[in-house]
Order: sequence, then C-alpha cells, then structure tokens
Amino acid sequence: MLKSKTFVKKTRSGGVMKIVREHYLRDDIWCGSEVCTECKQESTVLQRDACIESSLCSYPHYLIPDTNVVLHQIDVLEDPVIRNVIILQTVLQEVRHRSAPVYKRLKDIVHEKEKHFYTFTNEHHRETFIEREPGESANDRNDRAIRMASKWYSQHLKTSETGADGLKVVLLTNDQGNKQKAEDNGLLVYKCEEYIKSLIANPELVDHLALSNDEKNEITSSKVLFPEHLPLSKIQAGIKSGSFLQGTFRASRDNYLEATVFVQGEGEDSTEVLLQGLQNLNRAVHQDVVAVQLLPRDQWVAPSSVVLQDEGAAKDDNAEEEDEEKEVMTSMIWKPTGKVVGIIKRSWRPFCGMLNVAQIKESTRHLFTPADRRIPRIRIETRQAATLAGQRIMVAIDGWPKHSRYPNGHFVRSLGSAGEKDTEQEVLLLEHDVPHQAFSQAVLSFLPKMPWAITPEDMVRREDLRNLTVCSVDPPGCTDIDDALHCRELENGNLEVGVHIADVSHFIRPGNALDKEAANRGTTVYLCGKRIDMVPELLSSNLCSLRSNVERLAFSCIWEMNHKAEILKTRFTKSVINSKASLTYAEAQMRIDDTSMNDDITNSLRGLNKLAKILKKQRIEKGALTLSSLEVRFHIDSETHDPIDLQTKELMETNSMVEEFMLLANISVAQKIYDEFPDCAMLRKHPPPPPSNYDILLKAAKSKEVEIHTDSAKALADSLDVAKVDGFPYFNTLLRILATRCMMQAVYFCSGMDSDFHHYGLASPIYTHFTSPIRRYADIIVHRLLAVAIGADSTYPDLMDKHKQSALSNNLNYRHKMSQYAQRASVAFHTQLFFKSRGILNEEGFVLFVRKNAIIVLIPKFGLEGTVFFDTKDKAAPNLVFDEEVPSLKVEEHTFCIFDKVKVTISLDASNVQHQKIRMALIEPVIPGVSVPAPDVGPQAKKPKLDR
Amino acid sequence: MGNVVQRRTRGALRRCPFEVCGNMAGLELLSDQGYRLDGRKATELRKVQARMGVFAQADGSAYLEQGNTKALAVVYGPHEMRGSRSRTRHDQAVINCQYSMATFSTAERKRRPHGDRKSTEMSLHLKQTFEAAVMTQLYPRSQIDIYVKILQSDGGNYSVCVNAATLAVIDAGIPMRDYVCACTVGFVDETPLADLCYAEESGGVSSLALALLPRGGQIALLQMDARLHQDHLEALIEAAMTACKGVSKVLDEVVRQHLQEVSVLTGE
Repeated sequence: MLKSKTFVKKTRSGGVMKIVREHYLRDDIWCGSEVCTECKQESTVLQRDACIESSLCSYPHYLIPDTNVVLHQIDVLEDPVIRNVIILQTVLQEVRHRSAPVYKRLKDIVHEKEKHFYTFTNEHHRETFIEREPGESANDRNDRAIRMASKWYSQHLKTSETGADGLKVVLLTNDQGNKQKAEDNGLLVYKCEEYIKSLIANPELVDHLALSNDEKNEITSSKVLFPEHLPLSKIQAGIKSGSFLQGTFRASRDNYLEATVFVQGEGEDSTEVLLQGLQNLNRAVHQDVVAVQLLPRDQWVAPSSVVLQDEGAAKDDNAEEEDEEKEVMTSMIWKPTGKVVGIIKRSWRPFCGMLNVAQIKESTRHLFTPADRRIPRIRIETRQAATLAGQRIMVAIDGWPKHSRYPNGHFVRSLGSAGEKDTEQEVLLLEHDVPHQAFSQAVLSFLPKMPWAITPEDMVRREDLRNLTVCSVDPPGCTDIDDALHCRELENGNLEVGVHIADVSHFIRPGNALDKEAANRGTTVYLCGKRIDMVPELLSSNLCSLRSNVERLAFSCIWEMNHKAEILKTRFTKSVINSKASLTYAEAQMRIDDTSMNDDITNSLRGLNKLAKILKKQRIEKGALTLSSLEVRFHIDSETHDPIDLQTKELMETNSMVEEFMLLANISVAQKIYDEFPDCAMLRKHPPPPPSNYDILLKAAKSKEVEIHTDSAKALADSLDVAKVDGFPYFNTLLRILATRCMMQAVYFCSGMDSDFHHYGLASPIYTHFTSPIRRYADIIVHRLLAVAIGADSTYPDLMDKHKQSALSNNLNYRHKMSQYAQRASVAFHTQLFFKSRGILNEEGFVLFVRKNAIIVLIPKFGLEGTVFFDTKDKAAPNLVFDEEVPSLKVEEHTFCIFDKVKVTISLDASNVQHQKIRMALIEPVIPGVSVPAPDVGPQAKKPKLDR
Repeated sequence: MGNVVQRRTRGALRRCPFEVCGNMAGLELLSDQGYRLDGRKATELRKVQARMGVFAQADGSAYLEQGNTKALAVVYGPHEMRGSRSRTRHDQAVINCQYSMATFSTAERKRRPHGDRKSTEMSLHLKQTFEAAVMTQLYPRSQIDIYVKILQSDGGNYSVCVNAATLAVIDAGIPMRDYVCACTVGFVDETPLADLCYAEESGGVSSLALALLPRGGQIALLQMDARLHQDHLEALIEAAMTACKGVSKVLDEVVRQHLQEVSVLTGE
C-alpha cells in the first residue's frame, strides 16, 4: 500500500483555507472480471462471455460509460439487455453529486446480480489514481481519470493471457473532446447513440435514448423563446446577497401560465412568490428547486382567477397564441411577483401520460401530454407512434433548450391502453408514487408459518383477556379489523373500558425486509374496489385482523372510568383476546336500539355508547372541530367491477362511538410515550391555519349575513354550530365543507425535533396514532415505543434515533398525502365511469367557489364538484363581471354568489381520453345564451334508487 | 405587507442555499465497496510512524505520527514534588499531565491559551490513562510530568497523545504494566470504522475513544460523547480493542528498533 497526500484548498465563509487530507492508494483493488487470473478476488461480477450483438463491436466487451452517459441514458442502462458494465468510482461520485434519483437507480442496478454491473474503485487504485494538474478543471480531471481507468482495464485484460477471446473494454462518452482524447490514447470509444444504434438485435433500445443537446434538432427554430438560466455560481451569489430567492416551484393545476414558488423561511416564516407568463416561468417544471427574482413592486399582480389549459396545437412555436390578456387588477391583493432566473435542482421523474401523434404520418417526433396537468407537454422521438397511440405511456424529460417551446424527452415504457380500468389504476398509482408491486419473496419470508397458533412463549408478557366480551365495530366488508372494544361494570361500580388493537408489531420485527417494506409503503391505500396493502394479506386480513371467535394477539389500553366518563386509571398491556362478534356500524346500532336484546355484547355496547356521548360532549366543549366533507361510496358490480350506484357515506351514532374511544386511546398513548421518550416519540400534530386561510370562509358567510369567528378552534366550532339560514338546511354543511378546505394538513413528527405538539382540530395538547397498525406504519412505531415503555419489548437503535424517526415521519407524511390524492383520483375515475354508464343527469347543486370565468358547483347527492365555464372557445363569451371582494360573478344579468343554488346537467366529456372529465352546464337560473335547455334524462326508472 | 416580505427575504439568506442530506457535507463516509474517504477499509489504521528519544534534555521523549496527526510527548521524572506539596501521595507517584495544541496545528491558525476547557479535559483524561498504566507505587512521594503537544491535528488527538506519551514514558525508563495504546472508532452504516481522521470525525459520526492495556485486555479509559444505541456498543468496543492491539504491535516494533539503535551506540 502506498500513501500519498493531496493538498486541497477550499473556501469556507469567504476565507481561503488549506485542507490537507491523506489518501491511501491501494494495490488490492481487483478488476472484477471472470477472465482475470492476476487479481486475487473472491467473487467476480463481470462475465467471461460478455457478448452482445453489435455491428460496431464484434468481440466480447465490457462497457465503461462516463458520467453524462449515466446521467442521461440511465433508462438505457436499466434495460436488461445491457450487461457487463464497469461503473467507475469517479462516475459514481459525480452522479451522486449531480442527481440523487439517478444515483439511486444506478445503485439499484449495481445490486442486481443479473445485470453484471461492477463498481471499480479507481480513485483509490494505485495505478489509476491521477492528480489534478494545475490549470485543469475538475471536470477535465474526472474525464482524464475515466480515460486512465479505461486504459488500465484494456491493458489489464490484454495481459491476462486467458483473454484469448479478445475481451475488450469500450468507453461510452457523448463528449466530443473526451472522445477525441480517448482515441488519441488508443482506446475503443463510441458515442452512446452510435453504440446503441449498433445493437442489431435490440432496435427498441433506441427509443429509450435521451435526446442529447449537442445534435441540434432541426425542428426547433433558432428563435429564442426563453431567457437564459443563470449559472449556479451566480445563483448562489444572488441568494446570498438577497437579490434572488430559493424555493420550490409549484405549477398551478388550473392555469398553465401561472405558478407559485414556495420560499421556505426560518421556522414558520415562509412566503409564496407568484409567477405569471411563460417567460417568467422560464422552463421550470413542477417541483423543481428554482431561484426567483422579485419584480419591481409596480409589476406585482394578483393570482388570476382564470382557468386556463394549454390547448396549443400539437405543433409548437405558437407562443403568441397564448398571449395572456393583461387585465386591470381591481383588487388590493397583489402578491409578490417574480420570475425564474435559474434552476437549482431539477426534480424530473418519469411521467405518465399519452402521446399526441403528430399530424404528419412519417414524423418520429411527437408531443406527449402528461396526466398531471402541472407538467408541461414533452416532445419525444419514437418510431412506434402508431402502436403507442391510445396507450398510456411513461416518458422522462431530458432537457429543455431555450429555443424550444416544450421540453425534450424520451419514451420509457408503456402501461397499457388508455381507459381500461387496470391501466388507469396503474397510472394513478404511479403518478402518486404509491408502491404497489407484489410483495417480494424476501418480504414474505418473514411471515409467520401457517398454521399459526399462540405459543406459551407468546404468553409470557401477555395478559389473558380471552374471557372478556370484546367485540369489533367496522364498516361493512372490512377484512382488516384493527380495533375491538369492551366495557364492563366493575365491583366498585366503576366501568372498565378496553380498546384492543391488533398487535402487528409482534409479527413485524424491526429491521427485517418485511419491516422495511412496510415502512416504505407507510400506509395502506384504499382505492375504489381495490386495496394496496401495507403488510401482506396473511397479516392484514388474517393473523392481525381481530376477527370474531378466534384467538388474536392484541395491544390493549384499559381505563377505569366512572359514570361521568372521568378516567380514574389507565393501563396498557399486551394481551390475547377472543372477539365475540364482528359487527358493522348498522348492526351495532340495531343492537343498541333494540330494547329486547340484553346479552353481554349489547350491554357492553350500550355502556360504550353512553360514555362516548359524554366524551364527545367534553371534547366539543374544549373546542374540537366537527368538520364535514362529502364522501361517496360506490356500489361495485361484483363481476364487471364497474360502479353501478353510489351513495354518500352515512354516519351513525356507533361511528362516533368507535371514534371517541380511538381518540381517547390515541391521546392516552401519546401522553405515555411522550413521558417515557421525550426525545423520540412519534406524535401527530395539526397546526392552526394562518388567519388568511379563513378569508374565503368569512366572505362566504358574510354574504349570507352570518358571522364566523376564527380566533380559536373553540370560537370557530361555536360559530359554526349557530350558523343557520332559514330555508336553507344545507347551509351549515356547506360552511363546514368550506371550513375543512381552510385547514392545514395534520402531520407526524418526532417529539425531539419540534416543540409545538398541539392538535388544532381535536383540541388536544398531544396526539398520536395508535389504533390502526395494520394500515398505518406510524402506529407500528408507536406500538413499539409503548411496548418498550411498559417493558414488554426491547428497544432497537433506530427507534431511539430522533433523526431517523424524523426522516421516517417525513416519508409517512408524504405517503399519506399521496395516498389521499390517489384515493381522490380513484373516486374521480369511478365517478366518470359511473356517469359514462348513466348518461346525462340533471341535478341540483350549490355554488362553492366563484372564479373569474367559471363557478365551481358542488352536487351534494354525488359529493361531486364540477366547474361550469362561462367562456368557451367556440362561443362568444358573455358579459362577465367579477367582483373579488364579495366574491361574485355577474353573467349578463345574473349574479352568482357562493352558496347559490343552481341546476346543472352532468355529462361525461370524453373528447380527451386522457383527461376525461365531468362536464357541467347550467340549466337554472336561465341566462340566455349561457344556460342550456334541460335535456331529457334517459333512465328515469333507475333514479329513485339514488334518492335517499 | 412589504415589511413581511423584506423580513422573510433576509430569513432566506442565512440558510445554506443547497440542501444537504444526511451527515455534514453529504460525504459518503463508507462506500458500498467498503472504502473510506481516504481509501482505507473499515478496520485499517492510518500509517503510524514514531521516534523515541528526540530530546536529550528531557528524561524521556517521543514523536509520533498517525496519518496527519502529529504529536510530541516529553516526560520528566520521577522527581520530587514541585509546587504544592499538599498533593504528595505517600504511597505512590503523582502523575501530572499537560496537553496543548500548537497554534499552527489546525487549518485555521488560532491562539490557544493554556487551561481552556478542552485541553484541561484532555489533560485529565491523559492523567487517568497513565495512572492506570504506570506502576506509580514504585515511586512514593514523587511526581512524573508528562507534556504532550499536538503539532498537527487531523482527528484522533487523544489517541495519538496517549500513544506518543507511552513511548516517552518507556523512553524515560519508567516501569509500566503494559503499553497503553489508544484508538478512536466511529460507527457508520452499522460498521465500526477504526482510527477516524478529521473529515470523518466532523461528519457527524458517533465515535468512541478507548485506551487499552493490550496484553491483559484491560481498558484504561473509555470515552464517548455521542449517542449510540446499546446494541452497537459491544461491536464498537470490540473493534476499538482490535485497533488498539494493532497500534501496540507498531509501538512494540518502534521500541525494539530504538533499543537496538541505542545499544549499538553504547557499543553493547
């Protein structure tokens, strides 16, 4: 081993510092090839027989891609055809530095055995390490290091005599200069495109190729559409000096010419900067981290209320067409407005969507429309346009040159034909980043062996509660029952109430593959007619599910209460229970109401119900909010899986009974684990919304002359309770729906990383999730913490590490949010299917929001929201006057305000297969030229079934 | 409103413009292939070089390099108590340690006054270490002074001091139970890393310093400031002990080499 020293100069906070680091160069780093006899390696990665049919290289060869090839052509490298690749450490480090997602994918490939990717640690190798020469840039040095390593490999393989089969290495680079130098050094070097195109047997790989910048695409005119992005160094300097702001770019869903940049300040201190117009958006894509510059204050604008979609024709370069009308702002709510000056980090991922086949038949360039409206359309090159038309495909963005209206991308894979339920579901899951593959063998290997039974070892630290009259109450058709309840009178006259939660942490041990998979999935996702489990079905629907009349392991929270529902004693224990009945909400309600029934289960339920009512009253007195959102349930045809009917979810007393006790258990557990682990308890908080969030609610209430107080949760709850308008029974619900929209998202966090624990909605000083470990990973962590706290289990390192906990809660928050979105998208998709089969319907609805050119209408019967546009492309727009203060919209003679009752027709607009949408048109009030005559509704006979 | 924006703008400045994930500077301390930043494997020590008897004036002295960390140790004694006689122990010698860092020892030149908290603590640790190793009962009512100075610092200051001081004590001819060898170990990606350099130490790694009497396997000092789960502690101590034994081999060679040179000089 040889030692050398490298001297590095580094600037930190302005000063120049000399940093000395040692560097040990080794001669025990092996080449990883099967052929080699010199290297004393234990296992080899690269195969002897590295043949791939190529018209350029007729001999077996290993590939060495350079950094840019890896970064841009990772899709190609991922293809199973490409094997026997040497990834140099230099390349790996550069990739890590430049793109985290590509780095992760590269690492995944390296770990895959069949791919035969070998990582060669050239930077520590005595013969391939090179020092940076004076005047040489870091990039040039790295390129030289790559050439050096390639050279070493070619010589190394030549000397090992067994390489009689003429094994060679091929360097892939797209950099002309690098290629030239490599050729001068006598290396075999090809451009990536050249090489891939030479693969005779696999022409489909060419479509995966990313478009590279250096070969100019003739289609893009030389006209510069966008201002140049600033280099990173200038951005950094600008951010430091305060002239630029750094933030996450969020495109608007409704208006493709508008976006906001969320600038995170310290703590709660953050701003949003508004961006308007293509030039100012300057090629930023949703979720990118960008640098923005604020415009002078006299150019500040308010967010436009126009709903605008990019309907530009399939050809590009029609930027003029979408010229934004510069409207005179009457309002005072100007927002800080800015423009994007540079991109700090792209967060491009493969996007799902559909191909818009170009009009010209032979063209290989096509536009791709992503399913997510916030993503711009992407230009791709493919030869398979005919087959891909009508399919859902995935496309990755490669770059966005400044003279191109759209970003350039390449085809990744096809998901299936559009409109089919499976394809759409796949799209939905991919778009929301829901891990939905089947569980791997490694994960399944950690499941308990069947037949499973409780062993005496299981009983050591458990209480035997099998004799208790425990029962569960759930929605109909529920197979993952994670909670059960009991209530009985004690001898001293007090009541004992128990909440029993499935003991999932008994089966999922920390750190194994099963645990990791569950932690990654974070939550079970419920779609219409489909459930994406967090844990394998054996656990979720069988061993952990607290079904009736079987023995199940549980984690119990048992209180002693008096008849005023005051808690006298709280106790937690692991236990074994035997549920006596699995009831649905309706069944439980029936038992409670049926005075003739007097068995143990019914009495237990009555006791629970009584206590729950008191608990609820107490909670509401403390200021807990009761909010409303409309949820719909589909009746799904058992054979075709098409939705045949839908109804809004009904709430019964028993729903709230179960809910009360779950809340109580969660609060008790939160307190306990926080007391025990002040640093690393996983809790859930719900921050109070900033006052400005309530504007819309206040304005809406004021229009009906109702006063809403938002000073505190209590004030809000009280004023919502008294808010009533005569002859408008639905008003209160509408108000509550609006209030829900004002709220912030509740989040998980680690108690050691935050000081504000308050749960606004529940008016509880501390809260966590304990009661659904089968479908939420946070609950599993809470179970483990609680088990340690009561001495029923031991800790493990990650549980006590607040940084890891905090990283985990971030993932859980992300997964929860995404699962909610996926759920909503699934409902929307099924609503469309439903309306497809029902044809056109006339319904009554209420105006929920008023926009500049449209009103958003809620149909309570379907829980459906839709937009009624007043300006359509093909018709002359009616006279619209928008008043933001009220807010109201005057269409010709009629003025729309929030909460107005309207009548609309609902139909499915299938003109765009990708974005099928529910189209609503006004019937009542009748406005000439705007409203449509009420169409005859076809299947009248079926309708009464819906009315309930 | 303008106010608010202004204030927030300033708030944004103070933050680092690029998000850094994981440990500081996002350095990958241990690659998938098992190499550390400087090319060592997890259990490998830095190169240790040492010389004994560098000063004629002192009773014992030694210079030791462990990678880029360099220390000079000087021993005076045993001699009779100086200064306050109240500290005299009638049954054993008192060990007096003093640790200091040269102004030029780190990347930023900095004046380091004596008696700051860090060096006082380090002095105390050295004292405890050597009280466990030196056979102090042989020199009642006397005092042994050990002075250590860090000339260049690149992580593992404590262990380098201990190793240098051991050689100096041996050079002074003071009997010890065994060499005291020290080493730091850090814990990264479920793997213990031996002999951390500065880049690794400052990378947010939980590290542990251990001084060992290798032959008997007794621990003279164990020090750890960071948080570590109990489950990992054993593996970490195990790795530290292996590393210390590695150091002791090198020190033993140095001593034998030195002895040979000296005996050649004296003509025996």
